[in-house]
Amino acid sequence: MTPHVILRVVSKFLIPLIAIFAFYVQFHGDFGPGGGFQAGVILAASVILYALIFGLDAAKKALPPSWVRIGMMLGVIVYGGTGVATWLVGGNFLEYGAFTPEHPDHGIHLGILAVEVGVLLAVASVMVAIFYAFGSRQPDLTDEDW
Amino acid sequence: MDLLSSYPSWLITHGAALLIILPLLVGAITSVLPRERLAWIVTLIVTLICVVTSLGVLLDVYFNDAQLYKMGGWDPPHGISYIIDGLNTPLIFLICAMALLCTIYGLPSVAAEVEPKKRAPFYAAFLIGVAGLLGMVVTGDAFNVFVFLEVSSISTYVLVAMGASRDRRALKAAYNYLILGSIGATFFVIGLGFLYMETGTLNMADIGNILRDLDGGSRVSLVAFGFIVVGLGLKLAMFPLHMWLPGAYAHAPSFVTVFLASTATKAALYLLLRFIFMVFDPSFEYVITVVTYVLTALGCIAMLFGSLQAIFQTDARRTLAFSSIAQVGYMLLGVGMATGLGLAAGYLHLLNHAVIKAALFFALGAFWYRYGITRIDDFAGLGKMMPWTMGAFTLGGLSLIGVPFTAGFTSKLNLVEAALQRGWAWAAIVIVVASILAIIYIGRMLMAAYFQSPPEIDGEVVAKNEAPLMMLIPMWLLALLSIAIGVNADLVVEAAQGAADVLIGGGV
Repeated sequence: MTPHVILRVVSKFLIPLIAIFAFYVQFHGDFGPGGGFQAGVILAASVILYALIFGLDAAKKALPPSWVRIGMMLGVIVYGGTGVATWLVGGNFLEYGAFTPEHPDHGIHLGILAVEVGVLLAVASVMVAIFYAFGSRQPDLTDEDW
Repeated sequence: MDLLSSYPSWLITHGAALLIILPLLVGAITSVLPRERLAWIVTLIVTLICVVTSLGVLLDVYFNDAQLYKMGGWDPPHGISYIIDGLNTPLIFLICAMALLCTIYGLPSVAAEVEPKKRAPFYAAFLIGVAGLLGMVVTGDAFNVFVFLEVSSISTYVLVAMGASRDRRALKAAYNYLILGSIGATFFVIGLGFLYMETGTLNMADIGNILRDLDGGSRVSLVAFGFIVVGLGLKLAMFPLHMWLPGAYAHAPSFVTVFLASTATKAALYLLLRFIFMVFDPSFEYVITVVTYVLTALGCIAMLFGSLQAIFQTDARRTLAFSSIAQVGYMLLGVGMATGLGLAAGYLHLLNHAVIKAALFFALGAFWYRYGITRIDDFAGLGKMMPWTMGAFTLGGLSLIGVPFTAGFTSKLNLVEAALQRGWAWAAIVIVVASILAIIYIGRMLMAAYFQSPPEIDGEVVAKNEAPLMMLIPMWLLALLSIAIGVNADLVVEAAQGAADVLIGGGV
């Protein structure tokens, strides 16, 4: 019999919903309040909830810290890479309109979508990384030492 | 002109953005690279590209004109614009060149001073720091300055703390620097907030125009000016705000000390110049009062106090750190004169001092690398044990004192001339006194190195053990450069004069 059965069952049910809600907020950013920052925090919250209920080790097994580091890196690369892509199509850095010169608005739409994906990745990974960093800290003195 | 025409035109038009984006993005990739050697090669390539690009931009401004780069194609004042002009191009080139030399030096040095696991992240933090410094210097948007100030500062705190595997005191030094640096950045951003309140814009050129129309603005912009000067003063180690500097320089890895000493405080000083003369204007009463009385006074105190403190240090790196505070004083004195000659002399000293101090700190890093020496008492016999490294150190030291035919002499001579032209004979005396104090603290190290015999261990004289070539090359390059500037300073003086013209001309 493991402790906190209710918490475990309910969070198992909730975590996928939280993750899906993150993506809803991400893409709803087109029409209303929302976007990469909020979505990234919500996505990270699903991982943090998992870690709180099932323990840090289980969370680290599900989402290894090395992946988190790669996620942070990818987020920056997706954002910056969008700017590099606008260079390749002949615009200024981050001038999304250059993607579709006939309809600059379409290009701007595409560019913002790509940049927001980068923000999502970076924010979610950094939130999880901060949680892992604080959660993994060993206390200076063990209880026996007192 | 021939060299410039061999550049692809894309590199020149987009150079301003490329200089920041390249190290920033590659820095992110470097952080996950598995092997340190790979990270080093990537860093070397990136810094090399930056040097080439910055040289192109420098030549373009020299032969053609200042340029404005619109981020995302948005027109200023609404969009963020990057400025390339006579004021910042010499500094951009300086930062890129120092980054390249540090990277070359870093291969043996970082391997000796940083834990293996942390070496790839070390290079990542370094690249991001370079991007931050270049961003501070290039951007024409006041809030963007704050963002890049934080980018460069945070990576610098990390870099200083990486010295912990060599010297645990690096952690305390980094923490000190973190607290004071954050206070500085906070003051700066509070100042920007007040400026925004007064003018409703964040574009530096736009703020400048609006403030000139308002003839200096109300008390709000006066408060803003105070906050900005204090915030930047913390970053550039202006006299009573320098407490973070000796610790950070003394305990960081040698690589980081060199890079910090030759670029970080210089970039902050550049920002101070830009804010005083182009965002604000010396024609406002409160600006000229602060510049003439506060900056000059603090500069003179820093020259004397920093040099005196340097004399009483036992640790060689702390000696040079206090000497850096004194040298910032020289630059502030140049700024305080607020004349074309004074500004040019201050800017010239900024460039020369970066070259000189980098050579000196490179040499100190090599002493530690071979013999683990940091205390001046242990310098005994270094002239015999490491003749080439000590040779470069000697040239750098003479240049720091201001012996004729060295870079230090050129800039001090210019400063004295500017002071006399302004009618400040007392300032010339302060410069001479501070230089005499420099003779004492540099002389102490040189005396120990050349006039004392190498120590004996178990009855045997310690053997000669020269620094590796990768360390000697950047060191000697800078040492010879400081002599070359002393013999013929036309190029550097012209660059400094160009920068002063931009400042006095006002506007962007």
